[in-house]
Amino acid sequence: MGEVRRHKRHSEGALHIGASTPRADAYAKVTGAEKFAADYYSSDMVWAGVKRGAAPHGVIKGIFTDEACKAPGVIAVLTHRDIRGSNRQGVVRKDQPVLADKKVRHCGDAVALVLAEDRETLLRALDLIRLDLEALPGVFDVEEALKDGAPLVHEDNAGGNTLLEAHIQTGDGLTAFERCDEVIEGRFETPWQEHAYLETEVGWAQQQNDGKVVIVASTQTPFRDRAEVAEAIGLDLEQVRVIAPYTGGAFGGKDGITVQTLLALAALHSNGRPVKMWWEREESFIAGTKRHPTRLYYRLGAKGDGVLHALAARLYFDTGPYDHLGGVVMTLALEHAGGAYRIPHALLDAWCVYTNNPIGGAFRAFGVTQVTAAMEQMMDMLAARLDMDPLELRLKNALTRGEKTCVGVTLTGSTGLVECLERVERHPLRTERYAWKAAAGPFKRRGVGIAALMHAAGYGTVVPDYANAKIELTPEGKIRIYCGVVDMGQGNASANAQIAGSILNQNMDSMELVLPDTDRTLPSGSASASRCTYTFGNALIGAAEILKNRILQKAADLLMAPSTDDLTLAPGKVVNRATGAQIPLSRLGRLMAESERTAISHFRAPVAKDRLDVTDELRLHGLGHAVISYGAHLAAVEVDEITGAVEVVSYLSATDCGRALNPQIYEQQIHGGICQGLGFALFEDFRVEQGTVKSPDLATYIIPTAPDTPNMESLPVELHEPTGPFGLKGVGEIATNGPAPAVANALADACGIRMFRLPMTPERVLLALRGRETR
Amino acid sequence: MKQAIALEVNGDTYEVLVSPNQTLLEVLREKLGLTGTKKGCDLGACGACTVLLDGAAYLSCLMLAVDAVGKKIVTIEGLSQGGELHPLQKSFVELGGLQCGFCTPGIIMTAKAVLDEEPQPTEESLKKKMAGNLCRCTGYKKVLDSIMGATARMGGER
Repeated sequence: MGEVRRHKRHSEGALHIGASTPRADAYAKVTGAEKFAADYYSSDMVWAGVKRGAAPHGVIKGIFTDEACKAPGVIAVLTHRDIRGSNRQGVVRKDQPVLADKKVRHCGDAVALVLAEDRETLLRALDLIRLDLEALPGVFDVEEALKDGAPLVHEDNAGGNTLLEAHIQTGDGLTAFERCDEVIEGRFETPWQEHAYLETEVGWAQQQNDGKVVIVASTQTPFRDRAEVAEAIGLDLEQVRVIAPYTGGAFGGKDGITVQTLLALAALHSNGRPVKMWWEREESFIAGTKRHPTRLYYRLGAKGDGVLHALAARLYFDTGPYDHLGGVVMTLALEHAGGAYRIPHALLDAWCVYTNNPIGGAFRAFGVTQVTAAMEQMMDMLAARLDMDPLELRLKNALTRGEKTCVGVTLTGSTGLVECLERVERHPLRTERYAWKAAAGPFKRRGVGIAALMHAAGYGTVVPDYANAKIELTPEGKIRIYCGVVDMGQGNASANAQIAGSILNQNMDSMELVLPDTDRTLPSGSASASRCTYTFGNALIGAAEILKNRILQKAADLLMAPSTDDLTLAPGKVVNRATGAQIPLSRLGRLMAESERTAISHFRAPVAKDRLDVTDELRLHGLGHAVISYGAHLAAVEVDEITGAVEVVSYLSATDCGRALNPQIYEQQIHGGICQGLGFALFEDFRVEQGTVKSPDLATYIIPTAPDTPNMESLPVELHEPTGPFGLKGVGEIATNGPAPAVANALADACGIRMFRLPMTPERVLLALRGRETR
Repeated sequence: MKQAIALEVNGDTYEVLVSPNQTLLEVLREKLGLTGTKKGCDLGACGACTVLLDGAAYLSCLMLAVDAVGKKIVTIEGLSQGGELHPLQKSFVELGGLQCGFCTPGIIMTAKAVLDEEPQPTEESLKKKMAGNLCRCTGYKKVLDSIMGATARMGGER
């Protein structure tokens, strides 16, 4: 655990910014050598698992564990009575029990924790636990939940079933609609989206002789986890260590506690033996978080020439029974509700609502996916009403640097929406669209749709978005980076090696990575919010520059050079250009004291400076961002009139990403985001009936496969972002926002039908083609 | 209940004590320490556990260990020869055919079986044959590019 990742067999030559250097983690991953959190076993390992309530809402009258306790091979059966701490967890509001005490509030609530010698014994023991639940009426619809007399998910919540509500008015608000020539209305529904990472929630933990609990988990947030675990089960912060290997996918689903607290609790009762927990796929689907389902009411008003004038929106987010990150997700959605357009008057209302459905949480693009699906369809509906080209309408209203969004945030950073739209406008998929559409075969119709995107990075105005980078010249002459932010697959650990390697002029073989570990690396926030390389990269630049100066100074002293002016770093050594003298880094590493050869640097991301007329609570939840990426997407689709199936034939994206440090990793992020967005648009139908999940596995919940994926082109629009590391902006999330509206708009272009509800399954498309109501 | 069986994995013979209901996946990971083969669903829906049996791709989560007796099993750990990466592995490294990497071993093993059968597949044929392996990170484009890149590299070699 907590090993150093070394990198062999890479090509020669120093790393540099802008090169598609193969990823640092690639070799270990293609050989199967990389150890994920799931990959640890030992002969004395204890298996832990959870008994879940399996009812959407009920009072716990009794938890009967005697039979399970007596079963051979069972080590312990624990309930809320065995927890010494607060037994509550949650990122913003601590409203989720580790083990349910008074009530169960959704089918996935954990009620008891079992430790057993092996997995079979564990499964048998879980079956032997009996729960006495007194069923309560549940609440499963966001608007029903807000009505008087609705069953309460948390009786002690002052706002009833409202977790957070927000209202923003800018300009003249609703009265501005009186001055509009055209007004469009739409009611949109978006479903849950399951992360469906290939590696389900997993980890292991062990209590050391000194009492400290070490947790190795698949997580995006080791430092925050440490604090949550300690508080929930009553340990001091120093008694908890969290180590975060590369995850087998996360996408927001591991932004917060999954197995960590349960594992730590189990480790306190396993007599010092290591404890492993690995959620089954069905358990992951039922108990894990999902993209929040939403109901979105939009009204958009414009002048006759297409200039946007007023926006009214009511946004409802279903967070299930717990906050998790629901309030923050809703707030980011609110900030993006009007897109990257000049809209002088707006009234935006939003509610994040408790229900007895599965838990809503972080999912790549964090609420923005949902509102973009609505707003970008509204733009096409308006274009149709005005008989304008959809791209021209967007260009006409696109924000540029220095202007304000409809919530009042001034765009101070690089703002490349116009450039992105222009790249799409000039592309053959756009310029030759009429001929392509006309060439559709029998019973096929073709259409082309676009979407314009913006996505803000970081935590917003109040919560500090910071990173602390540490870098070391080892006594062996290697450069070791202590990564503070988890690499969940997006490649930021590789980007770190590339950043430091380029500053120190070293090749990949000289770079070593220590992955996030609360005992070894420094707190640097979560792996989320398109912030990983932006924030940590900026900190790392500072640390690498300090180390570079130290190395050169030491080399100047040892080479008796008058100053560092003639010295330069080369792979593995420092060279005096004037004399040709050299000194290997391995020698310097041995001769420098640890404090000399280690450098740290801190960076805190800039925030929006606008004085927005909103509540402090909304600011705390993140309203107001300064660093924003932009994009324009185009989908070319073919619809089968007989089956209703929609095939996305080609997909184009142009993304204002700042500088692409590694074009290969940039493309990976965009491709992956598009594919997840296409799943959200077309296939991923997470079905929940009265709080019960009806699509509990990968055979019933369909994510895109290789044949479902179109030819994708992902053009970088590299506008320099002055605050970014080497000019970079984060692009981990933005691409996810495009496919739903781009495909919906293409479908409208092909067949004249408008899909207000996702996903656009063949059944729904067919019904719409026949002019029938879709549900 | 348990029985001793011999499994031939990556050219080595292992004597292991297994239960009749233990899957090959469980035995590979937990008894032989070959954790390169991944578990993604345990239901045969994701392809992460793909291994080769006598050269054909099998889902090891759907196969009992006792049924693998007498077969030549190859896992991702056995694909590189003498520390030298297989052309498929090289291609995935260079062309960026992986992100989180959890599906990667299964994808590479399936691709190996596909290319052994059809060394120069068309893109359409390849897409269809890779449909049983889910990847949630890449959008498949660079995965397919990596496999196509390997066909050139392999030049008919297996």
